[in-house]
Amino acid sequence: MLKFFRNKKGFQLFGLLGPGALWILLFFNLPILIVLFISFVERGRAGSIKLPPVYTLDNYVQLFNACTSQFAGPECDPLLYIGIFGHSVRIGLVVTLWCILLGYPLSYFISKQKQVWRDTLMILVIIPFWTNFLVRTYALKQVLATEGLLNSFLINLHLINQPLDLLFNEFAVVVGLVYGYIPFAILPMYASIEKFDHTLMEAAADLGASPARAFWRVMLPMTLPGVVAALVLVFVPVVGAFITPDIMGGGKIEMIGTLINRQFGVSRNWPFGSAMSLMLMLLVLIGVIAYFRSSTEETRRAM
Amino acid sequence: MANEFAVEMQDVVKKFATPEGGILAAVNHVTMQIKDGEFFSLLGPSGCGKTTSLRMIAGFELPTDGKILIHGKDMSQVPAFQRPVNTVFQQYALFPHMTVEQNIEFGLQMKGVPRAERSMRVSEALEMVRLPGMEMRRPKQLSGGQQQRIALARALINKPEVLLLDEPLGALDLKLRKEMQLELKTLQREVGITFIYVTHDQEEALTMSDRIAVMSKGVALHIGEPDEIYERPATKFVADFIGETNFLDGVVRGQNGSIVEVELLSTGKVYVESSRTFTNGQQVTIAVRPEKLRLNSEIKEGNNLKGHVEEVIYIGTDTHYGVRFAGSHKVRVREQNITQAHREIAKTGDEVTVSFTHTAPRLLTE
Repeated sequence: MLKFFRNKKGFQLFGLLGPGALWILLFFNLPILIVLFISFVERGRAGSIKLPPVYTLDNYVQLFNACTSQFAGPECDPLLYIGIFGHSVRIGLVVTLWCILLGYPLSYFISKQKQVWRDTLMILVIIPFWTNFLVRTYALKQVLATEGLLNSFLINLHLINQPLDLLFNEFAVVVGLVYGYIPFAILPMYASIEKFDHTLMEAAADLGASPARAFWRVMLPMTLPGVVAALVLVFVPVVGAFITPDIMGGGKIEMIGTLINRQFGVSRNWPFGSAMSLMLMLLVLIGVIAYFRSSTEETRRAM
Repeated sequence: MANEFAVEMQDVVKKFATPEGGILAAVNHVTMQIKDGEFFSLLGPSGCGKTTSLRMIAGFELPTDGKILIHGKDMSQVPAFQRPVNTVFQQYALFPHMTVEQNIEFGLQMKGVPRAERSMRVSEALEMVRLPGMEMRRPKQLSGGQQQRIALARALINKPEVLLLDEPLGALDLKLRKEMQLELKTLQREVGITFIYVTHDQEEALTMSDRIAVMSKGVALHIGEPDEIYERPATKFVADFIGETNFLDGVVRGQNGSIVEVELLSTGKVYVESSRTFTNGQQVTIAVRPEKLRLNSEIKEGNNLKGHVEEVIYIGTDTHYGVRFAGSHKVRVREQNITQAHREIAKTGDEVTVSFTHTAPRLLTE
């Protein structure tokens, strides 16, 4: 009898978990293994890979020394790709920082409103998600263009005489990424701040803490889980972003995402693209693990 | 003597916008003086303005009008973190991400007290609230009563000029509550700090306070010592809110010195002592406590009214009799069950005499 139930339970568990597990296995784990395989073979003539496969470490070597490429010219910079990696991480950090700096006060503001207003404002934060990302990015491009909305506005106000170069530079890419990813920062931070008991701020003030000290000592540590979640949710996709840097950077701003995109497109170098993808994954993984390690104590305390 | 009073509220008004778009005066022209070293309670039902008053003294709310002085200094517009007061919150408001020690030393840290002195004073404070050695615990690991004491230690370690307590025992069960009442009272005597205590529990206020302010609808109706408030309530609301009271509506028919003659419609005339002067025909209410009425034992120099027993309620220490008079006035009489015979003074339906002295009731006009 007992055994029957046990089996039944096991069967139910399999029935519930099976489809999801199978999905992840087929469409997530297996492709990563394929990418891993491709990153260790030589490229084929017209894209794809050479068959039968020829195993090589060249793709990884090329990452660290760009001059090993067969197309490398005499003035090649061996650290070309490492530089782009570094640049992407830097843009990722800047965008994450802005998302948190802008998103935290906004989340706080929303959490302090009456219930009806809170819901309305949160919907306003989420609504852009319902519009196609590409459409939104092109719209933003129109705002920042030389003859665009912002420049016309500033010229009409006589604040400037010449249109500003707002597009096709790093500024434009950062603005585009902050715009695109700020909801990912607001949602988890809002969830944390909304749960926060504001009586604790009164308690801190009562004990002699100025508003700034009360924030650093009480509110920030207690809402840190939301900030950490925001950091991960923004940083990870931004480092690998390719649509925004492509459109807003006008091809002038190179990030890992645009580079990888190119390997599978015009450059037709799947093995090198795969190697870069895996390096990006590794980089993000190491970053996230390192961050969690260093902040676990704080995060756990705030829970 | 600028410092005779720890806290003075001078004609303080606090108005809030209500969700419906109106304006509510949560505190409406309150004036009170709280003496240095006093255990002072703000007592009243929810929404009476007691918590708002406390929050204005703490600095969490600023008064719309009027002044708040702490030891003679005008604090009306001073922010909470610069006031020489500390608060024990209703739900304790301990910092969950800090240890007990970090919680208690928070105030000292803000003042820049060096680490060594802090940790010494924390262990003293824990000693004082009888929880020694709890430094490294987290608030979540403590019981409600323990959290309560930590909150007390966290406030008292700063040696505030005034300690504000916002229904601090509200979340505790009855037995622990009673224990903590006595403990708080003892602690207050030991440290000699002025306590301002907000409660809706009249028994708690009577047990602990040196003086009480009874509040209703944003107004302080009566400020006085517990026995004064119980024996000589200023208004019907106060008489009704503190303990149990019989109210008999009547009309003044004459006054001979301090003795006032009041006619209770169809029930008869009663004579009540009062220091005030009334005019003939004035509407008054006689307020008399159930334990000050006697059943079937006439008082020669007093009031004796005939009525019928409508109900008899035995509650162990006492028996309560509901008696209705001819003029349909109804009173409750409380007789202590001193002997077995005493328990059987009257049965439902019996005709009885209800007696009370001239000094037992209180004549109220509002």
